[in-house]
Amino acid sequence: MSDALKKNDQRVVLPSNEGANSGALALADDARAATRRGRSPSQLIWLKLRRNRTAMIGLYTLVTMYGAAVLAGFIAPYSYDSARHDLSFHQPMLTQIHLLDEQGRLSWPFVYGIIPVDPQLASYRYDTSAKYPIRFLVRGDSYRILWIIGSNVHLFGVDEPGHLYLFGADQIGQDIFSRILYGAQISLSIGIIGIVISTIIGMIVGGVAGYFGGATDFALMRTVEVLLALPSLYFILILRQLFGTGMSSTQIYVNIVVILAFIGWATEARVIRGMVLSLKEQEYAIAARAMGFSNWRIIVRHILPNTMSFVIVTATLSVPFYILGEVALSFLGVGIQPPEASWGNMLTAAQNNRQLNDFPWVLIPGVFIFIAVMAWNFLGDGLRDATDPRTLS
Amino acid sequence: MKTFLIRRLLAAIPLIIVVTFVTKALLVASPGNYLTNIRLNPSISPDYVKRMEQLYHLDSNNVFERYWYWFWPAVQGDFGYSLTKSAPVWSLIGQRVLNTLLLTGSALVFSWVFAIPLGMLAAVYRNRWLDKVIGFISFFGLSIPSVFFSLLMILFAAKTGLFPAGGIHDQVMWEVMTPWQKLVDTGWHLVLPMIVLGTIGMAQYVRQMRSEMIETLSQDYIRTARAKGLSEWRVLTRHALGNAINPLVTLFGFSVSTLLAGALLTEYVFGWPGLGLLVFDALSDKDEPLVMASVVMLVLMLVIGSLIADALLAIIDPRIRLE
Repeated sequence: MSDALKKNDQRVVLPSNEGANSGALALADDARAATRRGRSPSQLIWLKLRRNRTAMIGLYTLVTMYGAAVLAGFIAPYSYDSARHDLSFHQPMLTQIHLLDEQGRLSWPFVYGIIPVDPQLASYRYDTSAKYPIRFLVRGDSYRILWIIGSNVHLFGVDEPGHLYLFGADQIGQDIFSRILYGAQISLSIGIIGIVISTIIGMIVGGVAGYFGGATDFALMRTVEVLLALPSLYFILILRQLFGTGMSSTQIYVNIVVILAFIGWATEARVIRGMVLSLKEQEYAIAARAMGFSNWRIIVRHILPNTMSFVIVTATLSVPFYILGEVALSFLGVGIQPPEASWGNMLTAAQNNRQLNDFPWVLIPGVFIFIAVMAWNFLGDGLRDATDPRTLS
Repeated sequence: MKTFLIRRLLAAIPLIIVVTFVTKALLVASPGNYLTNIRLNPSISPDYVKRMEQLYHLDSNNVFERYWYWFWPAVQGDFGYSLTKSAPVWSLIGQRVLNTLLLTGSALVFSWVFAIPLGMLAAVYRNRWLDKVIGFISFFGLSIPSVFFSLLMILFAAKTGLFPAGGIHDQVMWEVMTPWQKLVDTGWHLVLPMIVLGTIGMAQYVRQMRSEMIETLSQDYIRTARAKGLSEWRVLTRHALGNAINPLVTLFGFSVSTLLAGALLTEYVFGWPGLGLLVFDALSDKDEPLVMASVVMLVLMLVIGSLIADALLAIIDPRIRLE
């Protein structure tokens, strides 16, 4: 009986499923036509997305960045906290990778050994007698990938005592290139985890408020309004104060994610509530109610899935909020603390005017924040166009 | 209009109460207070700390009691003394609020002045190269982190010497300047933070303006206006612009909060002595009266910001009545 009901239920639901709100009717027709050709709505969206060049650039950039973050330990020549105090603020060595030796003959890329002249002034000489070829798969600092695979083999590097600073060094001689890769693990993952948490909260609150209405709706929506009215960054700062410093880096990380998600769910909840208000009057929702399904089941299985394309677009466009939130907190000194690397706390070095002026490469992490945020915006914009029923051809 | 304004301002009161209460609760719940560091100082007698604790009502952990000690004098207009700066909080906040308003206000003007023509151009030259360039500019503004942008600007200022690298006025010469020189000096210091804050806001407006304009230009009354033989300029400015601009005003109401948050970071990086910087310092010092008064000011600014947006909307769009 229950199986038969399920089948019946699905037959009722599927056709009207996409016709959730009037705007999506076109999508529904199109989706039905597509289904006949054997293409699901999500395949259609993917096909449209693939034709959008900027969106694909964004997607590829993100895949590269997140991939590099996962493999940070392997790609980075050094560990995030391996310091060389005698090589403070060494300049980027991209231009110091030599292809020609002293006789002018072409040779395997190499760098010269660094001799500190006055580390206070970041002035260095190069020992032309000591050549360190750049080698692949060298052994160095040990690391773990995804907490599981431990190793000490790095993609590239030079033998000790030579040192390779692709993007230069920070104040205590840590390799900025390596720290950017490790920082990506924190700064980029906060975006994903934060958006997952706040989307779940937003969907539940929006779904409940819209479906039940009445006093529940009133109470939840007033909370949402207060959250939206607050100047978020100030509130985040106050919340960070509440938990104080003296925390381990993992605790701070969790703390930041939770605070950002706690602020971020409100927008999503408000719009989903609006959609649910109209969705719950659709025939299939009424049918589901008539069949005696529980409210919870109707919300989760029948109504919320219809908000999915909207949710995915908003979520993609909101990821930058979390990335920039972490950057702001860490930059202000209340986020991720050194020696742990994050893109925000690496920029703190640039707050000092002399360091910014003399060693502008401390700004390089900012370029990566910019690229990551831009890539998310590209992808989100593309997704919005791809899911817009008016543009479906 | 009048009743609308009064009703909106009255509606702000519960909001202020909720927000200040939450702030107070968080301050009470957070470990340590202003006296924590003072207590560690051996040259200050425990008796004195005790007296201070009673004076500032820091001895109770009851949120409602603590809130009441702040709330009741505040209702009567007494927001107390700053703990760290030993001055009435209003004397500290007043100038700061003006500075923040100067920064955010000029940034707003900057973003509107550029966003409207750029958005219109992008819509008129839709899908041509000009549209693509403007699209890129707005993506740039949307994506660049304000911290990074501010730092780039400071680097630019330091390398070229064209602009001062932070602060609100010249530290050395300020005292001996004539009023006119003071004005010029402040304006000169304002340029870079204004560009940073303004560009970030501009991006949103350009995109909105472009899509609204495209929508408007496809309307029948635009075709009618063109058919009447009006010049394209007149069609755009008189017939299209007024209709396309409404959603922008609504967007402005929503973006006040973003603007103030952005102002905090810009003020921090540029050393611009605004409200944001004050709140940040007060929070680190746990200067409760100062934090509370600043929070009241922030909420007020937000409420007034969205009020202005609504009033503007009613002025430019006769279809909207505010009763």
